[in-house]
Amino acid sequence: MRTVFEKDKMNALADNLAAMDTVKGRSLWTDARKRYAANRAAMVSTYVLLAVVLFSIFGGYFAQFSNEEIDWAILGSVPEKGQPSIASGHYFGADELGRDLYARVIQGSQVSLMVGFIGAFVAVSFGTIYGAVSGYIGGRVDSVMMRLVDILNAIPFFFVLILLLVVFGRNILMIFIGVGLVSWLGIARVVRGQTLSLKNKEFIEAARATGVPTFTIIWRHIIPNLMGVVIVYGSLLVPDMILAESVISFLGLGVQEPQTSWGVLISEGTGTMQYGTIWQIGFPLFFFTTVLFCFFYIGDGLRDALDPKDR
Amino acid sequence: MTLLSVENLSVEFATNDGMVQAVDGINFSLDKGQSLAIVGESGSGKSQTVFSLMGLLADNGRASGRAVLDGQDILNLPSAKLNKIRAERMAMIFQDPMTSLNPYMRVSDQMAEVLVHHRGMSKRDAIARSIALLDAVRIPEAAKRVHMFPHEFSGGMRQRVMIAMALLCEPDLLIADEPTTALDVTVQEQIMELLASLQKDMNMAMILITHDLGVVAGSCQDMLVLYGGQVMEQGPTTDLFANPSHPYTRGLLQAIPRLDQDMDALHAIPGSPPNMMNMPQGCPFSPRCNYVTDKCHTHRPKIDRDASGRLRACHVAQGDLT
Amino acid sequence: MSATILQVRDLSVTFDVSPRGAMPWTKPLKLKAVDKVSFNLNKGETLGIVGESGCGKSTLARAVIRMLPASGGSVTWMGQPIFDLSQRNMTALRRDVQMIFQDPLASLDPRMTIGQIVAEPLLTHMPKMSRSERDAEVRAVLDRVGILPSMINRYPHEFSGGQCQRIGIARALITKPDLIVCDEPVSALDVSIQAQVINLLMELQSEIGLSLIFIAHDLSVVKHISDRVMVLYLGNMVELAESKSLYSNAKHPYTKALIASVPVPDPTFAKPEIDALLAGDLPSPINPPSGCVFRTRCSKATELCAREKPVAQSIGSDHSVACHHIED
Repeated sequence: MRTVFEKDKMNALADNLAAMDTVKGRSLWTDARKRYAANRAAMVSTYVLLAVVLFSIFGGYFAQFSNEEIDWAILGSVPEKGQPSIASGHYFGADELGRDLYARVIQGSQVSLMVGFIGAFVAVSFGTIYGAVSGYIGGRVDSVMMRLVDILNAIPFFFVLILLLVVFGRNILMIFIGVGLVSWLGIARVVRGQTLSLKNKEFIEAARATGVPTFTIIWRHIIPNLMGVVIVYGSLLVPDMILAESVISFLGLGVQEPQTSWGVLISEGTGTMQYGTIWQIGFPLFFFTTVLFCFFYIGDGLRDALDPKDR
Repeated sequence: MTLLSVENLSVEFATNDGMVQAVDGINFSLDKGQSLAIVGESGSGKSQTVFSLMGLLADNGRASGRAVLDGQDILNLPSAKLNKIRAERMAMIFQDPMTSLNPYMRVSDQMAEVLVHHRGMSKRDAIARSIALLDAVRIPEAAKRVHMFPHEFSGGMRQRVMIAMALLCEPDLLIADEPTTALDVTVQEQIMELLASLQKDMNMAMILITHDLGVVAGSCQDMLVLYGGQVMEQGPTTDLFANPSHPYTRGLLQAIPRLDQDMDALHAIPGSPPNMMNMPQGCPFSPRCNYVTDKCHTHRPKIDRDASGRLRACHVAQGDLT
Repeated sequence: MSATILQVRDLSVTFDVSPRGAMPWTKPLKLKAVDKVSFNLNKGETLGIVGESGCGKSTLARAVIRMLPASGGSVTWMGQPIFDLSQRNMTALRRDVQMIFQDPLASLDPRMTIGQIVAEPLLTHMPKMSRSERDAEVRAVLDRVGILPSMINRYPHEFSGGQCQRIGIARALITKPDLIVCDEPVSALDVSIQAQVINLLMELQSEIGLSLIFIAHDLSVVKHISDRVMVLYLGNMVELAESKSLYSNAKHPYTKALIASVPVPDPTFAKPEIDALLAGDLPSPINPPSGCVFRTRCSKATELCAREKPVAQSIGSDHSVACHHIED
């Protein structure tokens, strides 16, 4: 009986294990990477974004001033003396208070990008797990979990956020909490929908039939197969986060001085535009729009690369 | 009288990995009232053959050769001209009826639209004619059902509706692409019988695309066996079944379990169907063939006509197959 | 006669078509997918389940192994009633009963290598097994089903349909099960590949003494592989017979019609004479006909059929039929 699993045959195979050269597979990820690399707009955007990130990290080493230092020499005559120039050390010019705009843009980029990346990462991770669990378990658990999402969605988000900022004071943690509280709702919904359709796939049934425990199925089969959707959604969530932070900052509720962000800088720049200091809005706006555009193209590229229809 | 003659038909697709030859040099001709089965497994190019005739190839596909329908080459015609031919001279039915029925339109409207457009009938006459056709495909209470939506019909009934729609303009040629694959056997039997009787009554030519040799045996006079886009064997159905002369045809026939006989083990054809991206150099069947010779790996066999008028493409002589 | 390993008694499965209903007072619509089906399965035996789409054959098989909740009846596996099993004992049963699916590619996780896929049951049931031991088992079983063990790091989409089905079989085999439930394992495959898979299953069965429940809509395939065949119609068992005698000795009008509809690959073949081919379609399972469910399409139906549901009665060894008119 049971000759299939003959002991000696197995031992022979085990011995040969090292000798046998296994063929490397071509995973769906490899395919997706190839498709992404072929998308010119997405690749250019990736490099531009990378450049912006590197600039925000290392650009500070080239700054002649810190972001809070006031250059008394030009204070009061910023429109004339505070123009962008290599000679004065103010590469991007100075702001209304005579502070170096180059240093401030770098510092603002750090804050904005961090809000974007960390916020999106937290929201996506939590939303994915929440949605996958809700969708996979289904039934009453699903109803309760999704009604909670509905309730949170029904809260006027900006109103609550402004309240939070007013009550607990303006700090960056508060913004994270406020933005994070609502931004995972969308992805949780999307992931749940995807899970519902994945759940009926035969490979999930196969796993159930062999007795794989529920949470292992979610972790091993559901989530990896959701990754495509999640990555695309995440890449579009980053600019959303940056936008939300900018709006709050533009309203004057964002990060505290001397800290700054793109929203704050743009807000200040708009206020002084009429005096001819166009660089004060120009530079922050340039970074802001460039990064947003990059993210949209990257999101598009990711969607094309990971589109299940192409499989 | 020859209705359709296809000469050296090839279909190529431009893909990311280069050109792929889906159909390679097919010839056949079809008389009025005659039926031909194109038999093959998945990837044999059987569907692409008829898609190219109907001008339904995907955008990256290109057909070459000639396909003459009543003296006119219909291959690669501009779509305006082709539309006219498609509606009036030839019609096609698909595996999934829902692909050619609009789910948001009543059957009556869909059928009448065709007649009003192509025949210039009044809407009233068109609906009357539609009812007559639904009756002809044996849909009970046709007059009432004509006003229903496609989803209100069951699978078998839907296929009948589609057949009725294909027959609206009394085509000379009906192409049926796996018309019963999605149906249960008891319904399949009904549909095949219906097709056979309609074909006889209307003196239509029919091309039946199928993978099921059982269906072919009961319904078509001639058959053409495709493998990897190439013709393996072609001739009268009774001859091919009684005395298959190509290793592939033989293999296929031996691989099917028979309900009326007891068999110990099935004679499976080893290996996998050919990969379009990576076709063998010689005969496409050579990697799986029991009678393979060195020549088979390097040279494509020519299609020869034997004494009985049957066409076969194989290097091994007919007598040597045992 | 070898030992009975599986006993199914009056198994029923009911689905709520509209769960709870839109309004609290609307009655939920019930669909009886399987209606009081009973059978036994012996060690090393293959039971074929055949029927048209929507007849409940997949539902029946899934309910038997508790992949779907049953609404009535009992299933006994190796002496234990499985509907009462605790979660832990159920996991043990999952090791002994495996499944093969219809769509070969869809039943393999596209993000995993075939090595990981085939190893998953081992990982679940023998978590203590060492990595190299597991690897060796996976390679051995892949080799047995005819997949080169060196392909272990490849992904499912790099294989053809037939190969994917072999990988599915390897995954089912690796825990050395006693029973494999095959849900239409060959209907998505090409004819030439179908024969390979059928032969493989039959070989494995005789080698390791497996029992199989083989579901298909293709009667000739089922008849070829099975020892006994059960014919289902609208969730009801209409006939259960030895496959050898089924073709010549079918008693139920539906079985006869089914046999007559199967296309025979032989143009000279004369169909067996039967009264009439089946007319019409399957009635809706939500609102099945009263009495005998087949009566709306049956040429022999009488007033008795509308009134009373026929019970399966044994006519000779291993042959039972549910019909009021067996004699005529």
